[in-house]
Amino acid sequence: MSGKTLAEKLLSAKSGTDARAGDYVEADVDVAMAHDITGPLAFQTFDEVTGDDGELFAPDRTVFTIDHHAPADGVQAANNHNAVREFAAEHGAHQFDVGDGICHAVLVEEGFVGPGDLVIGADSHSTTYGGIGAFGTGVGSTDLGTALATGELWFRVPKTLRFEVDGDLQDGVYAKDLILRFIGDVGFDGCTYMAAEYAGSTIESLPIHERLVLSNMAIEMGGKTGLVAPDERTESYLERQTGNEIDLGDAFVSDDDADYEAVHTYDAAALAPQVSKPSNPENAVDVTEVAGTEIDQLFVGTCTNGRYEDIKVVADILAGETIAPNVRMVVVPASKSVYQHMLQTGVFQTLTDAGAVIQSAGCGPCAGYHQGVLGDGDVCLATANRNFPGREGSMESSVYLSSPATVGASALYGEITDPREVETKRYDDTVFAEVLP
Amino acid sequence: MTDAFAGDGGRPDPAEPGRAWVFGDNIDTDQITPSRFIVSSDPDELASHAFEDLRPEFSGSVETGDFVVAGENFGSGSSREHSPLSLVGAGVSAVVAQSFARIFFRNAINLGLPVLICPGADAIEDGDEIHVDLDAGVVTNHTRDETYEAEALPEFLQSLVEQGGLKAYTKAKLDG
Repeated sequence: MSGKTLAEKLLSAKSGTDARAGDYVEADVDVAMAHDITGPLAFQTFDEVTGDDGELFAPDRTVFTIDHHAPADGVQAANNHNAVREFAAEHGAHQFDVGDGICHAVLVEEGFVGPGDLVIGADSHSTTYGGIGAFGTGVGSTDLGTALATGELWFRVPKTLRFEVDGDLQDGVYAKDLILRFIGDVGFDGCTYMAAEYAGSTIESLPIHERLVLSNMAIEMGGKTGLVAPDERTESYLERQTGNEIDLGDAFVSDDDADYEAVHTYDAAALAPQVSKPSNPENAVDVTEVAGTEIDQLFVGTCTNGRYEDIKVVADILAGETIAPNVRMVVVPASKSVYQHMLQTGVFQTLTDAGAVIQSAGCGPCAGYHQGVLGDGDVCLATANRNFPGREGSMESSVYLSSPATVGASALYGEITDPREVETKRYDDTVFAEVLP
Repeated sequence: MTDAFAGDGGRPDPAEPGRAWVFGDNIDTDQITPSRFIVSSDPDELASHAFEDLRPEFSGSVETGDFVVAGENFGSGSSREHSPLSLVGAGVSAVVAQSFARIFFRNAINLGLPVLICPGADAIEDGDEIHVDLDAGVVTNHTRDETYEAEALPEFLQSLVEQGGLKAYTKAKLDG
């Protein structure tokens, strides 16, 4: 019998079985999360299955955020927020409020998630936690509501699609470019029902904030999760970031003889910056193919690329410069701590001097709710993860996806611009920690 | 709010013929339930906006017992349960697609909305009258006098559905 993949090992550990791809298991959930859109529906399910006096499976490992419509952009959103606050208070769960940030940023920053954990979130980008070696996966509100009561959930153990990348990335090329290329190669449904696993020397040398980008967008190829084997980098990142002691066992690496659905190999040095054209993330092309495309709005933020390092890359490019007059730039930090770092380090000043609008932390216009919605005919270049028809507003608008560096370079010229034409920086995991009070 | 998960006979019977509403490939959750409407969790309210940008006539014309038929990767994108819930609210009897995105498939099963993976679904044209035999995994097209095989649900999911779905299953577990 062949060895096991990382995904099989994680679900074996959580289900107490010898789990293999294709098996159905009931597994113990470590952390459960919902936000202001998916929470209220999950609460109904929870109340229904538990009766009036239901208790959470683990209040200290249950987290609710208010991030999608935050601050409230309408009465119904405000009522949803109150429902989250009331449920969290009544059941003793952790709750983050308006301006605290996006669920996926907060759970990692605040140390709720660690390597080897099984994390379910009522949000499709819950794959993000794979970047620190947790089995993170998105579920619906009924799944979440029942798991809140039992601490268990059923899973089909996924096959694994492995992406191996070796070599050094060019200047101006980042994890975002890698994941857009992967999605372009396997297609929007190329990893459906499967786990993505990212490995190779390039991935090993990526800082954690970039690994999280790869895992975040596993869902854009249909992935159930997107895993990077945790290593010393993960350990030191989490210990520095959260103060938690991290114990890396030996169970978090795929066996050499593990059985993969397929292995895709890449030469990092050959990869150009990528842009996904409207209206699907799988439409990834080299930036050179779309360079010169005129844009109306630039959007920096989201659970994909709204971290401090991402925004700093943009600020570095715009320092002392002015955003082209034909475009507007909306910046939405992923978390309050990112926002505060921007204030402390002068990034806030640099960006506003250049002409950017900076909003409070949250999901921003990513899903077309508020804070920079697009009108008919608008063209946006975004560091986001989705560009479906109407995603950021009008059905007549269009969204291109790219890395923060490509957005920064494009801001200078008002058209899609190859970031290799400007000076770009790359940050390791220490830049966020070093300015902490 | 309607209990969308009743599983008590309140759902239309897919064995009864109904109109097929045919959609293409990669219909994502934003197209099923545009994000500006998902501040609501009410199936009827959500149903009134189902496919609003893609096919504005859908919500006004769909009748209880109709079917949604699609190509590859139906329900991709967000985890929002509002999307299958909007179809439950619209009285859609079952969704027949060549393939589904994982979370949508899971959500639909959990809600008691039958979903069938049917590679031959592309032979169905908009407006055709169809019905579905869930046990046999067969889709019958009355308009074209054709049948198409669908994948039977795996045993685990069948037992989940037979027990009344995830909520009933969980209730029984908690009471046990």
